[in-house]
Amino acid sequence: MTDSVSTKTDRWLLPEGIAELLPEEAIKLEQLRRRLLDLYHCWGYDLVMPPLIEYLDSLLVGTGNDLELQTFKIIDQLTGRLMGVRADMTPQVARIDAHMLKCEAPVRLCYIGPVLHTLPSGFARSRAPLQVGAELYGHAGPESDAEVLRLMVETLLTAGVENIHVDLGHVGIYRGLVQDAGLNTEQEGKLFEALQRKAKPEIEACLAQWQIADLQRQRLLALVDLNGDSSVLADARVALAGASQPVVDALENLSQIAARFRAHWADLPLYFDLAELRGYRYQTGVVFAAFVPGHGQEIARGGRYDAIGEAFGRARPATGFSTDLKTLVHVGNIESPAAGGILAPVIDDAVLDARIQQLRQAGERVVVMLAGQHGKVSCSGCDRVLEKQDDGSWQVLSLNS
Amino acid sequence: MNDTLTIAVSKGRIFKDALPLLAAADVVPVDDPDTSRKLILDTTNPKVKLVLIRTSDVPVYVEYGAADLGISGKDTLLEYEGNGVYELLDLKIACCKLMVAGFPNAEAPSRQPRIATKYVNSAKRYFAEQGKQAEIIKLYGSMELAPLVGLSDYIVDLVDTGNTLKANGLEPLEHIADISSRLIVNKASMKMKHATVKAFIGKVAEAVAARNPA
Repeated sequence: MTDSVSTKTDRWLLPEGIAELLPEEAIKLEQLRRRLLDLYHCWGYDLVMPPLIEYLDSLLVGTGNDLELQTFKIIDQLTGRLMGVRADMTPQVARIDAHMLKCEAPVRLCYIGPVLHTLPSGFARSRAPLQVGAELYGHAGPESDAEVLRLMVETLLTAGVENIHVDLGHVGIYRGLVQDAGLNTEQEGKLFEALQRKAKPEIEACLAQWQIADLQRQRLLALVDLNGDSSVLADARVALAGASQPVVDALENLSQIAARFRAHWADLPLYFDLAELRGYRYQTGVVFAAFVPGHGQEIARGGRYDAIGEAFGRARPATGFSTDLKTLVHVGNIESPAAGGILAPVIDDAVLDARIQQLRQAGERVVVMLAGQHGKVSCSGCDRVLEKQDDGSWQVLSLNS
Repeated sequence: MNDTLTIAVSKGRIFKDALPLLAAADVVPVDDPDTSRKLILDTTNPKVKLVLIRTSDVPVYVEYGAADLGISGKDTLLEYEGNGVYELLDLKIACCKLMVAGFPNAEAPSRQPRIATKYVNSAKRYFAEQGKQAEIIKLYGSMELAPLVGLSDYIVDLVDTGNTLKANGLEPLEHIADISSRLIVNKASMKMKHATVKAFIGKVAEAVAARNPA
């Protein structure tokens, strides 16, 4: 096919990573959306709706390079300025807190909406997730992290996700160790990259090449193996003994959050990984994610990011989580709303009209047949029918009888 | 349910070299992959299965969790664009070098050099690091032929003994990276099956250490 005009066979093709939801899936997603918004409301989180598109410089302020790569860009025909379609709603919500609300007390916000990614990601290779999340601003203690983590798990449970495994880490530990070792930005970047792959041989080679002092080297190297169940925290206290105060504080902070989580869900599998630095560029404290068996990638993530408000003129402690509603619909188990409906004939009859109105108000699904309708009745998904009785009234009868 | 393991391995040299290491972790395939047409091999350990796939597919299977672990050459990992797997262990098997090769004593071309290779990303990265702009031609095999027929000035390929190069009048020129096979792990499996995965890795690591005394 050499010319650029669509042929009949590809006219229906969607761009890569873009999908449409058909009725069966769409109703489940909508069901879940309503339940989640109710859940967040009950937890005291206010809904906000940031814009789908805005000027690039404000959209990306205070965020990392990764987000810029992920952002679709468009020229604004009115001003000639570059606009971006949001790839992540978290910075937008942080701006709303820092700039628009200006409240001193802790602020709880939640959001839901489509975002667009330039590069496909995740199992579904999606470029258009439906992001949903909640953020808590203005509190720096472990209590707020634990609350957000709990809400993330509640979100997954609401979606009917089973066998949830929670993964906990803390970027403060790595940051502190890097500072102790006096690595420069380039070295740190290289080490970070190797650490994300847990490529121990490469990390060993790097640290040896940079001539890092023995103690610091051993502590950085220990990070690779500090993963597993809660015994990791005790191991870490031994392996990282003597490290600077920020490292000790980070470890203590992580233990407190874990203890709060445990107090609530004693039997939910909790996994620790001190080398897990998901979203390291803007995270500042605890980082967490949720995994389920049979799904090789995380399904929800979150953590603390205290620095982001700075760019908007008001640094506020912040912690939150987000996930993709489309992924949750696939991974979870949401029952569709009650199936079935009532088929009504197309007849001019005031009594019938009133009856239909009455049924619909009671929450029934009433489908009115159209004149000259073709195709099977079963396609309408109805299991009952309205039939006229001898006395002129209309009765709902089972379609099979 | 959390203690089964699926290991992705590519057929050929890596598989043969990996067998003794797997055996050290009590994993021995029941069927012979050379005679069996099965793609999923049972092992003497009922909880461990091997899947035999193409080399370049191993990281893909592992990243998406279709396999918990995989054995993959570093050359494949350097080429792989996702970064969703852990490279926990250097198995020190199937060792060779990724190198630039070409005619001995040939003058550098005055225009942009043309490089024929299967390893497009690694070649691009290497020449960029050298501050050189190079034109990369992707080939799927018989790289040595490219300079002989004037398709390229150099090739970037794995060099083991160097005999194929020599037989075609070429020689290795620049060293890019040392290559060996790595044990890679799916991120979610590492978290959800950590006890099983760590036990397995521990045994393999011991076997590697025993075969390669420092």
